[in-house]
Amino acid sequence: MKSIKKILALTVAAALSVSCFAGCGKKAKGDTIVIGSSGPLTGDNAQYGVAVKNAAELAVKKVNDDGGINGIKLSLVFEDDEADPGDKAVNAYNALKDNGMQVMMGTVTTGSCLAVIEKTKQDGIFQMTPSASAQDVIKNDNCFQVCFTDPNQGKGSADYIADNNIAKKIAVIYDSSDAYSSGIYNMFKKEAEAKGLDIVAEQSFTKDSKTDFSAQINAAKSAGAELMFLPIYYQQASLILTQSKSLGFSPKFFGCDGLDGLLNIKNFDTSLAEGVMLLTPFAADAQDQETQDFVKAYKDAYGEIPNQFAADTYDGIMVLAELMKKEKITNEMEASEICEKLKKAITDPDFSYNGLTGSNMKWSEDGAVSKDPKAVIIKDGAYSAL
Amino acid sequence: MKNENKAAKKKLAPLTKKSFITYAMVLIAFAVMQILSSGGYISSMLTGLLVPLCVYSILAVSLNLTVGILGELSLGQAGFMCVGAYTSAVFSQLTSETITQPLIRFPLAIIIGGIFAAIFGILIGIPVLRLNGDYLAIVTLAFGEIIKNVFAAMYVGYDSKGVHISLKSLSNLNLENDGTLLLNGPQGISGTPNDSTFLIGAIMLMLTLIIAYNFINSRTGRAVMSIRDNVIAAQSVGLNITKYKLITFALTAFIAGTAGALYSHNFYTLQASKFDYNLSILILVFVVLGGIGNIRGSVIAAVVLVLLPEMLRGISSYRMLIYAVILIVMMIITSNEKSKAFIEANTQKFKALFKRGKTAEAKEAE
Amino acid sequence: MGFLNNLINGISLGSIYAVIALGYTLVYGIAKMLNFAHGDVIMVGGYVIFIAMTSFGLNSWISILLAVIACTLLGIVIEKVAYKPLRQATSLAVLITAIGVSYFLQNMALLIFGEKPVNFTSVVNVPSLKLFDGKIVISGETSTAIVISILIVVGLSLFINKTKSGRAMLAVSEDRGAAELMGVNINRTISLTFAIGSGLAAIAGALLCSAYPTLQNTTGAMPGIKAFVAAVFGGIGSIPGAMIGGILIGIIEILGRAYISPQLADAIVFAVLILVLIIKPTGILGKKINEKV
Repeated sequence: MKSIKKILALTVAAALSVSCFAGCGKKAKGDTIVIGSSGPLTGDNAQYGVAVKNAAELAVKKVNDDGGINGIKLSLVFEDDEADPGDKAVNAYNALKDNGMQVMMGTVTTGSCLAVIEKTKQDGIFQMTPSASAQDVIKNDNCFQVCFTDPNQGKGSADYIADNNIAKKIAVIYDSSDAYSSGIYNMFKKEAEAKGLDIVAEQSFTKDSKTDFSAQINAAKSAGAELMFLPIYYQQASLILTQSKSLGFSPKFFGCDGLDGLLNIKNFDTSLAEGVMLLTPFAADAQDQETQDFVKAYKDAYGEIPNQFAADTYDGIMVLAELMKKEKITNEMEASEICEKLKKAITDPDFSYNGLTGSNMKWSEDGAVSKDPKAVIIKDGAYSAL
Repeated sequence: MKNENKAAKKKLAPLTKKSFITYAMVLIAFAVMQILSSGGYISSMLTGLLVPLCVYSILAVSLNLTVGILGELSLGQAGFMCVGAYTSAVFSQLTSETITQPLIRFPLAIIIGGIFAAIFGILIGIPVLRLNGDYLAIVTLAFGEIIKNVFAAMYVGYDSKGVHISLKSLSNLNLENDGTLLLNGPQGISGTPNDSTFLIGAIMLMLTLIIAYNFINSRTGRAVMSIRDNVIAAQSVGLNITKYKLITFALTAFIAGTAGALYSHNFYTLQASKFDYNLSILILVFVVLGGIGNIRGSVIAAVVLVLLPEMLRGISSYRMLIYAVILIVMMIITSNEKSKAFIEANTQKFKALFKRGKTAEAKEAE
Repeated sequence: MGFLNNLINGISLGSIYAVIALGYTLVYGIAKMLNFAHGDVIMVGGYVIFIAMTSFGLNSWISILLAVIACTLLGIVIEKVAYKPLRQATSLAVLITAIGVSYFLQNMALLIFGEKPVNFTSVVNVPSLKLFDGKIVISGETSTAIVISILIVVGLSLFINKTKSGRAMLAVSEDRGAAELMGVNINRTISLTFAIGSGLAAIAGALLCSAYPTLQNTTGAMPGIKAFVAAVFGGIGSIPGAMIGGILIGIIEILGRAYISPQLADAIVFAVLILVLIIKPTGILGKKINEKV
C-alpha cells in the first residue's frame, strides 16, 4: 500500500514538473490581440460569468467580422475564477497571463476583481470590468468600469424616489453578505436621510438564508412602509414579491439593475411584478435597433435573453475595440504599452460611446463611467419608461 | 498483550523515521521550486500557487489532527482559518506604520492569528466537545458558517474617538471623515501588506509538521489517541477526556489560524465568503485522500488536489463531483471489512513481489 | 399583530422542518447513522416535481407521486451503495461517506440542472385565510404544511406501532442483535427505513419549495441541517418528538430573525442544539439510551 502511494506520488510529481516546464518562459506573441477575461463559470455565481463569457465571445466575433482592429483580429481567453475573492481569482489571472493576455476585460464579480487589481497594476495591464461595481475596484488608474458604481446607484435611487415624491416611508431588504447589495444600500441610506425620506425598516438576509423572507416582510408591513427598496438580484426579488403577496402586503417596489431579468424568470408569475420600478442601464426589450440586434444575436447563439451583465460586457469590448482602432494597437505591442495608450484614449474628453447600456458614455480619470440610468416601470409584463 | 507491547515499541521508531522522510520531502520540494523559480523556469500560474500550496497543506495537517488523532469530525476548519486570516490582517494594517519591518511584523501577525483562532477554538470547543460524533460534526459546521456570516456583516473602523463596530451598515458606524475603515462588511479587508513568501510558507509548513509529529508522539497525543480508540477505557484509567479533547481542538484551531494568516497576507483583499462550507469539505477531502491519521499523506494530497485542477482547468466543472466520489470510495475501500481484507492480502503479495524485485536488483548489481 | 404573523410563519416553517426531521429520526433511530444526504434528497424531490410539472405538464398530485417514488428508490440505492458496506465501520467513516453522498447529490444536480435557481410553481391550491381585516394572513401553503405534517405523524405512528414491518423497525432500533436473533431481517428493515425516510423527503421537498418557491442544488442543505437539530431537540428516535422539535425550531428561527438579527438567526438555532444537548441530551421526548461498554 505504501509503495503504491510512493509510486503514485512520484508519478504525479514528475507529471507536475513536466507541466510546469511546459508553461515556462514567455510566450511568443501570437497573431491576434489577446483579451483576457475571468469570471465564475462554476459555482453559485456561474450565471453571471456565463453571461459575460457569452457576450464577450459575441462581441469579439462581431469586431473580427467587421475587419478586426485595423486588420488584426482579436482573440478571447476566458478563465473560471469561481467568483472566489482569493487564490482562485489570482490563479485565473495568472493563467490568463500565461496565455499571453494583453488587455483584461474582467473580472465579473467584485470580490475577485479586488483580488487582482493590484496585479494588473503591477503588470501594467489595462483592465476594464463589465460588472464589478464596488468603488474600490477602480481606485488604480489602469482600471475602468462599464457598469455603474454601487454608490451611484444607491444615490440615484434615493434621489429618484425623493424627487418624484414616490413615497416617504421606505423599507429596505438587502443582502448583507453581498458587496453589491450592501454597497448600494449604504449609499441609499445616507442619501435618503439627506433627502428627508424615512427608512422605517432595514432588513437584511444572507447567502445562507435567502429563501424565506417572511420575517423581513412582516417587519416592513408592521412598520407601515409605503415602498420597499430592493437593491438585490432578481431571483430573491421574485421570492419577495411572491411572499409579500401571500402575506397580504402590497407596497410599491423599487430596485436597481440587479432586478433586470425579473420578467424572464421561468415559472414566475409576472403579474406579481406589475408596477415594480427599477433603475437600469439596459432593458432587453428596448425598441432601438442596436438592442434588438444584440438580443436577437445573443438569443440565437445561446438560447437566452441577455441580462445587464451581458450588455455591459458587449459595450465594454466594443469600447475597447474602438479605442484600439484609434490608437492603432497591434498584436506586437507589450501590454504596458497598450495600457498607457488606452488609458489616455479612454479619458480623452472628446471620446464618448453610444452603446446598449447608455448613450454618450464617458470615462473620467477615476475610472467610473458616466451614463444615465433609465428608470422604468413594469407594465403589462414589459418595461416602459417612467 | 505482550505482542501488542512489542508492536507499540516497534511502531515508535518508524514514526520518527516517517517524520524525517516527510521533513526531507518538504525540504527537497522547497529547494527544487526555489531553484526553478529563481531561474525563471516556472509559469506565473505555478509561482502564484506556491504560497496557497503551503496554506492548504498546513490546513490539511491541522484537520488531520482532529480527524485522525482525536477521531472527531470537525467541519468548521474554514471558520478557524477565517478568524486567523481576519485578525492577523487587522493587526498588520494597524501596525504597518509602527512596525515597518515585515520580518518582525509578519511573525507577530501569524502568532496573533493563531492565538485568536485558538481562543475561538476553545470557546467553541467547551460546549461542543461534550458532544461527540455526528453532533460534533453538525455543530462545528454550523459554527463555521456563523463565523463566516458574522465576519461578512461586520463593519469596523477607528477614528479619533476610538474604535467603531457595527453589524448593520457602513453608515451606522458613524465614522468621522478622517477615520480609517478596517472591515468593510462583505467587501472585507483590503490593503493587507503582502508579506507572505514561499520561504515563510515553507518554514511554517515545516514547523506545523514538527508540531504535529511531536504532538502525536507526546504523552498528550497518546492520551488523545487512547480516547479515540476507547473512551470508556481511557476514562477508567483517569484521563480527563474534556481536557485532552480541548487541547487538541485548540491546537488544530491555532494551526488553522496561522494558515489563515499566511493566506490573508498573500492577497491584496480578503473576504469572508471565501471561508465557506465548501472550503471545509475540500480540506476534509485532502485528509481522507491522504489517509486519515497519515500526516505526510495529507500534505501530498493537498498539493496534488490543489495543483491538478489548475493544471487541467478544462475539467473544473467535474471537480467537485470528483471530490464527492473520492470521499465515498476512499471510505468504502478503507473501512469495509471485505475490501480491507482484500487490500491487505494484495499488499502482502505486492510487497513480496517488490522485495523479490529489490533483491534481484541487488544481486544483479553485485 | 406583527408577533402573531411571525408566530404563524414560524409554525409554517416548523411543520416543514418536522416532516424532514421525521426522516432523520427514523434513520438515526434505526440505522444509528446521521444521513447527511437527507436534505439533498429533498432537493432531488423538488427537481422531480419541477420537471414533471413544467416539462411534462403533469398535474401536481401525479408529480408529487412521481417524486415520492423517485426519492424512495434513490434512498434505497444510496443505502445499498454507500452505507451498507459500512455497517460495521466506525461512525467517523460512515459520517464522511454520508457527507460524500450529500456533496455528490448537490454537485450532480449542479451539472444536470445548472447553477441558476429556478422558480417553483406552488403545488398547493388552497386559498389563503385572512383574519382581522387582513391583518393576519395564513397562506394556503402554511395551512397545508401544518395539516400534512400532522397527518404524516399520525400515519407513521400507526405504521410503526401496528404493522409487522413497523414493529420490526422498533425491534431493530432497540437492539439490533436481539432483533436479528428473533428472525427480523436487518437489511430489509434498514432498507425500508431509508425508503420511508426518503419518500417523506420528497413530500417535504414539495412543501418546502411551495412555501419558498425557489429551487437550486443547495436548496435542501440548510433545511436538512436545521431539521436534524429539530430531531435532536424533540428527542431522536421519537416521532411526536420530531414534530414538536420541528415546530419549536421553526418558531425560534423566525422570531430570532424578526427580533434579534437575520445574520444570527441560524446561530440561535444551533445554540439551542448545544443547550439541549448539555441540559437534556435525549431531547424533549427522547428515551435515555445507555452507552454500551
